[in-house]
Amino acid sequence: MSLSLEIEDVAWAPVLHDITLSVAPGEILGLIGPNGSGKSSLLRCVYRRRRPDRGRILVDGLNVWTAGAGEVARRVAVVTQDSPADLENSVEQIVALGRVPYLGGLGRLTRADHDLVDDAMDRCEVRALARRPYALLSGGERQRVHLARALVQQPGLLLLDEPTNHLDLRHQVELLRLVRSLRVTVVAALHDLQLAGAACDRLAVLDGGRLVADGPPAKVVTTGLLAEVYGVAAEVTHGPDGLPRINLPLTR
Amino acid sequence: MRVRGSVALLAALLGLSMVAAVGLGPVDIPFADVWRIVFGAPDAPAGPLAVIVRDIRLPRVLLGAIVGAGLAVTGAVLQGVLRNPLADPYLIGASSGASLGAVLALMSGLSWLLPLAAFAGAMATFTVVLLLARNGGRLGVTRLILSGVAVAALAEAATNFIVLNAPDSQLRSALFWTLGGLSGTQWSDLPVPALVVVFFVVWFRLRSAGLNALVLGEEGATSLGVEVNRLRTRLVVGSAITVGAVVSVSGGIGFVALMVPHAVRMVAGGDNRWVVPLSALAGGLLMVWVDVGARLLNQPDEIPIGVITALLGAPFFLVLLARANRRALS
Repeated sequence: MSLSLEIEDVAWAPVLHDITLSVAPGEILGLIGPNGSGKSSLLRCVYRRRRPDRGRILVDGLNVWTAGAGEVARRVAVVTQDSPADLENSVEQIVALGRVPYLGGLGRLTRADHDLVDDAMDRCEVRALARRPYALLSGGERQRVHLARALVQQPGLLLLDEPTNHLDLRHQVELLRLVRSLRVTVVAALHDLQLAGAACDRLAVLDGGRLVADGPPAKVVTTGLLAEVYGVAAEVTHGPDGLPRINLPLTR
Repeated sequence: MRVRGSVALLAALLGLSMVAAVGLGPVDIPFADVWRIVFGAPDAPAGPLAVIVRDIRLPRVLLGAIVGAGLAVTGAVLQGVLRNPLADPYLIGASSGASLGAVLALMSGLSWLLPLAAFAGAMATFTVVLLLARNGGRLGVTRLILSGVAVAALAEAATNFIVLNAPDSQLRSALFWTLGGLSGTQWSDLPVPALVVVFFVVWFRLRSAGLNALVLGEEGATSLGVEVNRLRTRLVVGSAITVGAVVSVSGGIGFVALMVPHAVRMVAGGDNRWVVPLSALAGGLLMVWVDVGARLLNQPDEIPIGVITALLGAPFFLVLLARANRRALS
């Protein structure tokens, strides 16, 4: 099940200005832009961490800021870039936290809940780590644990904030491939433009808290945009798949 | 399941310990006699033994179990909310406030007001801590810890000053109160703390899935649909009320709230759905036996309970610290 996302005229001073953006069910949208351009803040407005000063955010028609926190958490899951590292909990316990929005007062996990947890750990290749303390994992393993936790939430919209940050090349590719196979709507803040171009159906570019470009990767990632938004003189070519290839000349 | 079994085991152990503890003291009473008196068997011994059991030992042992359960469960909750392994009721100012309130009542000759004054003191200092910790409507964990430490130090200084200037006749009772103790417990001391502790153990247990989610930090817990600020505030306020109700009858007893939840986690893991009830049971169990020690180890005098828990707790604390260091270095 994949859900639509409508961001209508959202502002959060002084970081975000008048952002309107809509994502169709099943679409994979990459949010790109320099550091401090507002990518994380925009995601935070969607998962109820930062209340925007004005504007509306609708997930499948549900206004996330008037709905209950639990209602939103049953539709929207998030993988953030920085999670606490000192947790003594086991991997399995962390992944099972994804069921929190569904639990009753006693917090008991049913057989079906456990199956979901096992299945998510399988898909994110962390099942073998199930009993390990989370604190002892590498950065990449932690990231996959959090993705598994997010899958256990059974979201229709998955928000990813720099999900490939701590990952090596193979795990970056595998994570994005996995994300693409989920059949949910995805909004991912990404730094690596080439990877973003390959992983996303569409890219939205933020600069100084404003939406400055929005469209298919081949149209968005251009020499002009890189100069304007990132302030780098790069050379953009296109591969046989039509996707952008970026060459950064470090010597002048 | 192993964890579920340990709840039953601890509950049984606590029940048996309470019967055994009633028999232990300056006057030894056989286990079988205690059992018969407590459960009102027709052939129960009458006379002074029955009076000791029914009116002196039984309320004291029951109160010990309640106090231990209340302290330990708040330790478990506060350690989870503040995400700090060294959190305990002293850290939110409640314990020191209770001491201050009690000592003030003693010194002004209002000793009949003592439990109420202690509870009021706990709530007053905690309110100051909470107000200092709130920042634009949000409850900051670091701010809470820092303001708790400062307010507790202030309250302790005031308490110590008052105790030092106390007339000799009251010095002993004031000192005993700040160190904690259960001697002289009467049946009338029991209902309020018992109700509060039972209510809040259940209440904390119903929020323990949310408490689990707090390990992911504000960001992560929010994304799981937990209203972090509201949950934190409620749990901290609930902890303060529990501690206030408990220390208002027992005085300040240190280290129980710190030690018990850690010991429970070492055995049963970090899932608060189990840590909360297990800490309550284990805290009750520990306190019942510590109180037996308080009665027996220094006859005919009693040792303040706080002295024994500190003797047990300080080494435990150091071991914990060493483990934490080792992990930080590895």
